[in-house]
Amino acid sequence: MTHIQSHLKTLEDESIYIIREVVSQFQKPVLLFSGGKDSITLARLAQKAFYPAKIPFPFLHIDTGHNFPETIEFRDQLVEELGVELIVRYVQDSIDQKKVQEETGKYASRNSLQTVTLLDAIEEFGFDACMGGARRDEEKSRAKERIFSVRDDFGQWDSKKQRPELFNILNGKIHFGENVRAFPISNWTEEDVWNYIAQEGVGLPTIYFAHNRKLVKRDGAFLAHSDYLNLVDTDEIVETTVRFRTVGDMTCTAAFVSEANTIPDIMFENKSSKSSERGARIDDKRSEAALEQRKKGGYF
Amino acid sequence: MDLLRINTAGSVDDGKSTLIGRFLNDSNALTIEQEELIERKTKEKGLDDLDFSVITDGLIAEREQGITIDVAHIYFSSQKRKFIIADSPGHVEYTRNMVTGASNSEVSIILIDSRKGLLEQTYRHYFISNLLRLKTVVLCINKMDLVDYSEDTYLTIAAEINKMTSRFGYKPDIHILPISSLKGDNVVLHSDNMPWYSGQTLSEVLHNIKPGEAEVADFRFDVQQVLHVQNKEFTDYRAYAGRVISGSVSVGDEVTVLPSGIKSEVVELRRFTNTQQEVKTGESIQLRLKDDVDVSRGMILVKNEEESLLSKEISAKLVWLDEKQSVPGGRYLLQSGTRVVQCKLQQIEAVIPPENPEELHEATNLKLNDIAKVAIKTAAPAFLDAFENNRLNGAFILIDPQTNNTVGVGFSD
Repeated sequence: MTHIQSHLKTLEDESIYIIREVVSQFQKPVLLFSGGKDSITLARLAQKAFYPAKIPFPFLHIDTGHNFPETIEFRDQLVEELGVELIVRYVQDSIDQKKVQEETGKYASRNSLQTVTLLDAIEEFGFDACMGGARRDEEKSRAKERIFSVRDDFGQWDSKKQRPELFNILNGKIHFGENVRAFPISNWTEEDVWNYIAQEGVGLPTIYFAHNRKLVKRDGAFLAHSDYLNLVDTDEIVETTVRFRTVGDMTCTAAFVSEANTIPDIMFENKSSKSSERGARIDDKRSEAALEQRKKGGYF
Repeated sequence: MDLLRINTAGSVDDGKSTLIGRFLNDSNALTIEQEELIERKTKEKGLDDLDFSVITDGLIAEREQGITIDVAHIYFSSQKRKFIIADSPGHVEYTRNMVTGASNSEVSIILIDSRKGLLEQTYRHYFISNLLRLKTVVLCINKMDLVDYSEDTYLTIAAEINKMTSRFGYKPDIHILPISSLKGDNVVLHSDNMPWYSGQTLSEVLHNIKPGEAEVADFRFDVQQVLHVQNKEFTDYRAYAGRVISGSVSVGDEVTVLPSGIKSEVVELRRFTNTQQEVKTGESIQLRLKDDVDVSRGMILVKNEEESLLSKEISAKLVWLDEKQSVPGGRYLLQSGTRVVQCKLQQIEAVIPPENPEELHEATNLKLNDIAKVAIKTAAPAFLDAFENNRLNGAFILIDPQTNNTVGVGFSD
């Protein structure tokens, strides 16, 4: 265990340094909180970065309306414990304002609609730095992301114009109207996140652990049964014990059949499965470049 | 488990991406999705050997052009060690990314095509590794399968390498390996095709490096932020949040605040709810002083005050990173750690061609990828150490105040 802690400590030191730089270099930072394990880790690091002072920025949650109820319950409990301000903006409002159109059909999801709601929220509050829990090990185009990633007024990411990032020096200078996406846990892997959560004794939404659930079996994957999912004839409704490895919308996050209900069991299972966590994200499977294309358009 | 940061570099088509893919594959570290992608792409392209490059070339433009444009970070761990690999492009116009990748690494892997020997890029990359004072450089003579695994070829290239490295004053640990990423020789598994080579495989080299040995350097602490708390438990708590750039400090030590020169005693060192007696290089902590002295962001705490830290004349090596050229006497912002000061690029003393470092030439402007000896004048002290004594406190960037871009990286003399 002491071995594990030594590299986790290095990662923690680096992340806390980044979070403090964000707070020092920007006027109006915010932490994008999804209720998933990565943003929970980020919340823990923020708490440690400023203790005994309170976390000096609000959390922003873009609520697709298709969240797991367990995640929302956990979110509300955590922000109360930490004493931070929670801002929630709803994709449903963007739909009602006709800014975005609900997708239709079997694979309809609100995942990509979030971008518009997020950009509107950034503009509404004048946020100049948005911290997120993205990690470079998650996906190929994320592997190319800087720690401070400058976005224009439209939230666009230009992979060819990224600023070089050298040593520990973070250049957060931006023009009015631009903002920065900051990724304090860029260098963490999924395994590091699980180890850290175990080490710190941080709580997680219950859906991460094995539980009995009503599911829809589609294309060989299990999706949570919910009112938000457009069912088709070939869908099969089943009930079994599963857990979720990553937490996105109910419509696009696949469950794993699993009995693992402790963190060591989960880590053991993840390791032996050899599959990556984003393998469970149906939205990434649309094409090889799905995530990069969404990011260019301002997706987180 | 410890963490080793590696940078890979090489010319276009030297097969860096293939090497990384091979390393992951033979270390049994690929995910099912990656394995499926490799198999699918190999079939689509009609290749005989597995195409590992598809897992690192992450951007659309890279797959279109078949080259690596930007630094990709690859993470994996073996039983013994965690690795972070920064895969930097070898293409000349993206050399700045190589500097970027190398700046956060302890080890550089440079690939050489056995059929071509040392190229301009090889000299450039070795020069950069040397400029950045990387502790270990591994030169992999790749594609040995295409020269019939010839020992003569290996020896000829190794001699060229030794000639190159002997030209520098600083000498890292150097390893020269004959490999084939495509066929898997000497990457993770020892090669049967080269019985004349009895040295280590790449994997063995990387596992045997002693990582993260804290540099023996003086105590430097950048103040990121002042925390002030007033509540029941913490009455009038005032602490300086920051990261120990180098060295160590203990409770009871006397420290000096720069630039004011005021001295005080460390009374508390805190990590979250724990207080500790001593903190070391790299730790993000909160530090409290006995006296209520004026300390704010941009100041630095040291144990031994050195005149040189307060200098406003910096002589340094500078790598130009921007498409826009430098202008004579141009004004920039100089950032080191959390400190930002205004500066003027006073003089370009000489441009150093990395492929031939002895042949200095003059220039009035610096272009993208130029490496030069320069003189910089700052409006306030930047508290820099000599880079060769203290990597983190000796490096700085230049920011163009109009575009806000990072336009240069410097290494203080």
